[in-house]
Amino acid sequence: MKITLAGEKKEYEEGLTVAGLIALQQVETPEYVTVSVNDKFIQGGTFAETVLEDGDVVEFLYFMGGGR
Amino acid sequence: MAFTDAQLERYSRHILLSEVGVKGQKKLQSAKVLIIGAGGLGAPAALYLAAAGVGTIGIADADAVDLSNLQRQVIHATPDVGKAKVISAKETMEAINPDVTVNACRMFVNAGNVMDLISGYDFIIDGTDNFPAKFLINDACVLGKKPFSHAGIIRFKGQLTTYVPGQGPCYRCVFKQPPPPDAVPTCRQAGVIGAVGGVIGSLQAMEAVKYILSKGDLLTGFLLTYDALKMDFRKIKLPLDKSCAVCGEHPAILAPFDYEQAVCDLNGH
Repeated sequence: MKITLAGEKKEYEEGLTVAGLIALQQVETPEYVTVSVNDKFIQGGTFAETVLEDGDVVEFLYFMGGGR
Repeated sequence: MAFTDAQLERYSRHILLSEVGVKGQKKLQSAKVLIIGAGGLGAPAALYLAAAGVGTIGIADADAVDLSNLQRQVIHATPDVGKAKVISAKETMEAINPDVTVNACRMFVNAGNVMDLISGYDFIIDGTDNFPAKFLINDACVLGKKPFSHAGIIRFKGQLTTYVPGQGPCYRCVFKQPPPPDAVPTCRQAGVIGAVGGVIGSLQAMEAVKYILSKGDLLTGFLLTYDALKMDFRKIKLPLDKSCAVCGEHPAILAPFDYEQAVCDLNGH
């Protein structure tokens, strides 16, 4: 199945969950990433049970605390 | 009051623009913008807003200029080391443009003073460097119905969004609460390229200018992310969270509050 992650369409295995995608991407701080799928936020704590589907558009949003 | 010849010359490149003109320049002159944090983001934002002729600029920061700041905080110069950042910033802004009134507020912004601080301003720029401050400014601006620009930078990356009351999601819709201290690296731990602050802080100034002029589209409902190494800008749509604890339908947060600050952040630079 094809999923668009951060604007790039790629092929992934069927049955991939949000947690699985986070693991595949080797996100730096996986426990603090915010995820949206098709412009809806995925509740924290439900990443492992949220199964992605063909055509889904996924965004990872990261904390960025610097500024001074 | 009509502009003097010197002012017409100073702002001539603005006045030439159909979106600004004399009318828009007057709006800038009457506008009041507050910048919280006189550092990597606040420095470029303050320079451009002062140069643009924003009539009143508030700048809030508790720190003094440190040698390690000068790599990115371009409003301060080497002779300013040791001076209060807000005084150094005020002097630079007034030197660029004597038309501007600068309110220098040497203070730590906290739950006890934030509502008072923001109350007199039309637009707020968050140029702080820690999550407790970013959540505090978000909550205060939502509760006080103030538009503001949120931003963060680290390493070669930066991001920003704009909140306008009633028009889109707030910072807390995206990030529910601050990560535990030290769970997510800060610039002090991880480093940052100075020009990233220049890019993102300038964009924050641009959002303030557009808001004041009522021209163009703001970043309301979007997070603009910048990756300098990939030379990539992305505009990511932000959903509204109806269950948001501060701007949602049944808010649990009814007054600003302070999260416990990491000890290393209290020594701040």
